[in-house]
Amino acid sequence: MLKKPPSVVLASFRPSTYPRGYASALHSLRPCWMVFLNILILIVVCGVSSAVVLAEDHLAVPANLQVFDTPNDGGQSLTVNWAPGALDSPDVRYQVLVGDAGATDVAALKVVAEFPAHTRLVKDAKGAWWTRTAERNWHQFTIRSGKAVELKDGTVYTVTVAMLKGEERIVGPLLQAAPTPNWFNWNLVNNLVLTLIFGGVVFFSIAHARRRDIFLRRIPGLDAVDEAIGRATELGKPILYLTGAHDMSDPSTIAAAVILGRVAKKTAAYETELLVPHRDPITMAVCQEITKQAYLEAGKPDLFKEDSNFFITSDQFSYTAAVDGIMLRKQPAANFFMGSYFAEALLLTETGASTGAIQIAGTDSDHQLPFFVTTCDYTLIGEELYAASAYLSREPVQLGTLRGQDIGKAMILSVIAIGILLATLGVATQAAWPQYFLDFFKDVK
Amino acid sequence: MIFLRRQLPLLITMITGLIFAGQYYVPHPASEQLLTSATKWLQIIGGFALVLGVTSLFQVHAAKIRRKEAGWGYSMVLYAGMLGTMAVGWWANGKESVEGVSTAFGWVYNFMMVPLQGTMFAILAFFIASAAYRSFRARSREAAVLLIAAVIVMMGRVPLGEYLVPVSGDISQWILNVLNASVRRAILIGVSLGAVALSFKIIFGVERSYLGGGKE
Repeated sequence: MLKKPPSVVLASFRPSTYPRGYASALHSLRPCWMVFLNILILIVVCGVSSAVVLAEDHLAVPANLQVFDTPNDGGQSLTVNWAPGALDSPDVRYQVLVGDAGATDVAALKVVAEFPAHTRLVKDAKGAWWTRTAERNWHQFTIRSGKAVELKDGTVYTVTVAMLKGEERIVGPLLQAAPTPNWFNWNLVNNLVLTLIFGGVVFFSIAHARRRDIFLRRIPGLDAVDEAIGRATELGKPILYLTGAHDMSDPSTIAAAVILGRVAKKTAAYETELLVPHRDPITMAVCQEITKQAYLEAGKPDLFKEDSNFFITSDQFSYTAAVDGIMLRKQPAANFFMGSYFAEALLLTETGASTGAIQIAGTDSDHQLPFFVTTCDYTLIGEELYAASAYLSREPVQLGTLRGQDIGKAMILSVIAIGILLATLGVATQAAWPQYFLDFFKDVK
Repeated sequence: MIFLRRQLPLLITMITGLIFAGQYYVPHPASEQLLTSATKWLQIIGGFALVLGVTSLFQVHAAKIRRKEAGWGYSMVLYAGMLGTMAVGWWANGKESVEGVSTAFGWVYNFMMVPLQGTMFAILAFFIASAAYRSFRARSREAAVLLIAAVIVMMGRVPLGEYLVPVSGDISQWILNVLNASVRRAILIGVSLGAVALSFKIIFGVERSYLGGGKE
C-alpha cells in the first residue's frame, strides 16, 4: 500500500510560497517539463507501490527453516525454528507437518499443529537464554510425542512448516531430524552453579566456625525448650512431641527428628516422661533409635521406654483425634509441634492451648504459620526449624551451617537489590543486556 | 560392628544423596527410570514398615488394657474397630462395592470413616473462631495490627463487608498480594536455604543424629 497519496508526493512540486530566492532549483523547470515530470513520477510511484502490494499479498516460504532434536530433554521430541516472515499477523497461520523419513510428498505428512503466525516465538519458550537456538523474534515449535504424533528416539522424521492465508498455502522445504535423549539439562546449569556456590559457602562457614566463635542471635522459641521441660518436670506431667505430617524423606521431618534427640536428652536428664505419637512407621522407627541414643548419652538408659514413640495412624484426622484425646487425658505440660503440618495444625494446637500446656511450634508450612503463631507460646518460623539443631547443640560444625545460611540469604538479598536496579535500568534505557543477568536468576528451577 | 551401624549407613546416604541430587539435572529416560524405581522401593519399604507401625499400635493398647490405665476403654474400641474392619475387609475381598452394591467394607468406609473425618474437619471452623478470639484481643501493639488487618481482610472477603465498605475489597487484596505475599516469599527463601543446607549436612555426614544421635 502507498504510505502517501500521489497528490501529497506531487505537492512538493507546487509553486513555492517562499520568495523567489528560496525556491527550489526544480522550479526553474516549469512549465512544460514540469507536467512531463509529474506524469513520469506518478507512473513510477504507482508502479512501485502496486509491486509492493503484489509481493505482500503473496505468501513466502518460511525462511531459514531448521529442524533438530530438542536439546536438554528426555527425548521423543523435535524442535523447529524459522525466521519471522513479512506477513506474520493474526490473519496468517503456520502449520507444522511431520511424517516418516521416507516421505517426499507433502501430502504424506501429517499436520500436528496450526497456530496464528504472530505466535510461538523463541522468546515465549520456557528455556533459558543460554540454551536458545535462534533469535528471540524467530518462531519456535516443539513437537512432542503424544496423541497427534508418536516420536521414537533414534528414528528419523521428515518435518516442514507451511504458511497459510485463506485458501492459499505455501510449504517450506522438507527437512529431517531424529529425536534423542540428552544426558544433561543445560537449562538448569544456573541452578547447579548456585547450589554449588551455596554448598561451598556452607562448608567454608563450617571450617571457619571450627576456628572461631560465631555469634548466634537468640531464638526465644528454642530458649523456651528448657523452660518447657523444666515446667513439665515440676508438674510431674509428660511432654508431647509431634514430628509432623510428612515422612523421613522431607527435610522438615528430619529436622524435627534431630530436635527430638536434643529434647529427649533433656527429658532423660530431668527424668520426665516423653510421648511421641507418629503418623509414619519409618519415622517412628528412626525416632525410637534417636530417643534411645539420647537416653544413653544422658546416662539414663534404664529410663528409656520403647513405647514412648508409638504409631497411631497415617490418616490425617484420625491421627488428630487421637492426639487431641492424649492431650485431654494425659494433660501434657509441654507440647512440641515440629515439622510440616496441614489442616490439623489448629485442631492440635487449640486443644493443647485449652489444656494450659506450654506450646512450642516449629514449621516450614507457611500456610499454617498464622495458626501456630496465634495458638502457641513460641513459634519457630521457617528456617528457624532447621537452625534449631545447631542452636541447641552449639556444635561449631552446626553453627557454621547457620552462618552459611545467613550468607546465602545475604547473597539473595543482594541479587534482589541489584536485579531491581538492573530491571529499572533496562526499562529506562531499552537495553537488552540487563535481561541476561535477570534471566540467569529468574530461570532458577 | 561400628562400620555396619555408622559408616555403612553414612556411605549409603552419601552415595544415594549425590546420585539423586545429580538425577535432577539429567533428563535422560535412564535417570527417570532410576527415580521411578527408587520411589517404588520406598513404597514397598513403606508397606512393610506399616506392619511395624500396626504392631506398635497393638502393643501400646494391649499394655493399656492389661494395666487398666485411664481410658483403657478407648483401647478396647480401637481393637474392636481395627479387628472388625479387617474382618469385613477380608469378607468383602477388599472391595468397597460389588456390581454397584456396597459391601460391608464399603459401608464401614462410607458411613463411619467419612462422616468421622468430616466431623473432625468441621470442628476446625469453631477452633478458628476461638483461636481468633484469643489472638485478636488487642493486648499488644502486634495483636492490634493483627486485629486491624484481619478485620479489613474479612470485610474485603465477605460480600456484605464489601457492600458496606466498598474500599475494603481493594485494601484486603493489597494486603494479601503485597504484604502477605512478600513475607511468605521471604519465609520460603529461608526455608529453602535451610532445607538445602540440611541436605548438604546429611549427604556429607555432618549431621548424623538421625542415625541414632551422638558421636562415635
